[in-house]
Amino acid sequence: MLAVGLGHYLTVAALLLVLGIFGIFLNRKNVIVILMSIELILLAVNINLVAFSAVHGDLAGQVLAMFVLTVAAAEAAIGLAIVVIYFRNRGSIQVEDVNLMKG
Amino acid sequence: MIATLAFYVFAVILLVSASMVVSARNPVHSVLFLILTFFNAAALFLLAGAEFLAMILVIVYVGAVAVLFLFVVMMLDVNFAQLREGFQRYLPVGATIGVVLLVELFMVLGGWKFAPEAASLRFAPVTPGVHNTAQLGRLLYTDYFLLFQASGLVLLVAMIGAIVLTLRDKGDGRRQDISRQLARTAADTLVMVDVATGAGMKDVGILRPKVAEPEPVAAAHDHGHGGHH
Repeated sequence: MLAVGLGHYLTVAALLLVLGIFGIFLNRKNVIVILMSIELILLAVNINLVAFSAVHGDLAGQVLAMFVLTVAAAEAAIGLAIVVIYFRNRGSIQVEDVNLMKG
Repeated sequence: MIATLAFYVFAVILLVSASMVVSARNPVHSVLFLILTFFNAAALFLLAGAEFLAMILVIVYVGAVAVLFLFVVMMLDVNFAQLREGFQRYLPVGATIGVVLLVELFMVLGGWKFAPEAASLRFAPVTPGVHNTAQLGRLLYTDYFLLFQASGLVLLVAMIGAIVLTLRDKGDGRRQDISRQLARTAADTLVMVDVATGAGMKDVGILRPKVAEPEPVAAAHDHGHGGHH
């Protein structure tokens, strides 16, 4: 069981999610900080999963949280690899410079 | 009581460091605050009884992901001051969207309750008296084995993808050429020499192995770089 109410955990997770999304808008030019903001968002998801898992006494939430963690780690590795090769080719990591494919 | 106090301390540090992650001037500071965020999230997991996940969070995130971020931030020679231009410009729209999202989330937070049959719908109820790690292990290797293997596959794909993306082939690496190795015969490389007893290699006149025909690629390479051979 939780030491504090479920609502406290959900509030913290909601604030963390909003901070992550706010960070994406705030650092529009810096890919690395955007990736860090995505990590914050996924961490908020994990906090929710663990809080619900604890309050229900159901371990499936923690298994799912582990899966989210795995995907987050893989995403960080691939994202940073893309940043590195992009910097190698263009000499900059500005998001606005990413227009080679004219998408 | 003390758990409640600890929850508030860790939650406040978590949120403050998360806001420092998105607003720090220097990306290296951002990464360090990200590490602090992960530590405090691990503490919150511990308070919720998810001990294994808390340790995984510290090991995987702080030990691998955050260090990877730090490595990339320090490796790239980027003018980060230039990347912060427009910070003020994006602040209003970001704040607006954040506030709207927060209001929506709190509306959801205030208006829900558990279904009465929620307790009977549990997938994997916690067994009292068994460690969290042991229970999670039993669950992961039985009911969720497919998920476990899928996550392994995700990590494999990520690893191969990262290597393929960043591997730079400059063409001067030493590669194993199996067809050349197989085409090589003893007659090409071995010379039988009668060596007088007590005579050194210098007296016999053999200083280095017999060289096969020079490769065109290697010759061009030597030509290009000249002097240092």
